[in-house]
Amino acid sequence: MDQELHYEYNVEGGDFSRAGYASSQIKKILKRLNIDAGVIKRTVVACYEAEVNIVAHAYSGAVYFDIESNRLKIVFRDEGPGIEDIEMAMTEGFSTASEEVREMGFGAGMGLSNMKKNADQLNIESEVGRGTRVEIIINT
Amino acid sequence: MKVSEIVKALDLKVFSGSRGLEAEVSGGYVSDLLSDVMGNAEASQVWVTLQTHKNVMAVASLKDLAAVILVSGHRPDENTAAQSEEEGIPILGTGLSAFQVSGKLYELIGKK
Repeated sequence: MDQELHYEYNVEGGDFSRAGYASSQIKKILKRLNIDAGVIKRTVVACYEAEVNIVAHAYSGAVYFDIESNRLKIVFRDEGPGIEDIEMAMTEGFSTASEEVREMGFGAGMGLSNMKKNADQLNIESEVGRGTRVEIIINT
Repeated sequence: MKVSEIVKALDLKVFSGSRGLEAEVSGGYVSDLLSDVMGNAEASQVWVTLQTHKNVMAVASLKDLAAVILVSGHRPDENTAAQSEEEGIPILGTGLSAFQVSGKLYELIGKK
């Protein structure tokens, strides 16, 4: 990529009707830039899971999407309850989602492992009572 | 095989998104867990589910699925159907259970 690009999106906690909006915008941008289809697929899966986590768990958040020379960097930052035990949260099948969210087919404890499988790097920092920052790196 | 051929063969109802009926189908995926579909479905598959809310279309669109089949007489929520129209990804319906319709689909499009 010759030029570096930056985009930002807001994500509202609890607003499931808009969940996936930021991911779909990111997908559109990558398609327009003719990024490799496999890279787009991995980015979309990782981003959707991170975006849904903000909707399902946090009060509000934002997505910072950077297209760099040989990688994509997508940062999901939220104000929310934070994650008490990140290692536990990474365990497939572990979820703290509400019953209501589970009935919609979310909260199966697959989100973080989907992110891990599809990202080249996944960095999670969280402070209980304040919020979480998830950084996804995808090499292009 | 096209979505429209599956509609005909399995006598499915077309709720919305009819402009996507000529899309090619590569196979199918059956799940009610959205992260499972995100992680494991492939582009151009038909997705069999009983989930009817709008996030189904977000997943279908992000994964470039060919169509969604709602089982056991379920109908799409109004905003789900609206997004299906917008995306041109059909939502189809059947009175059959997920097990029954999946069996028929498997016979029709094989183990791709």
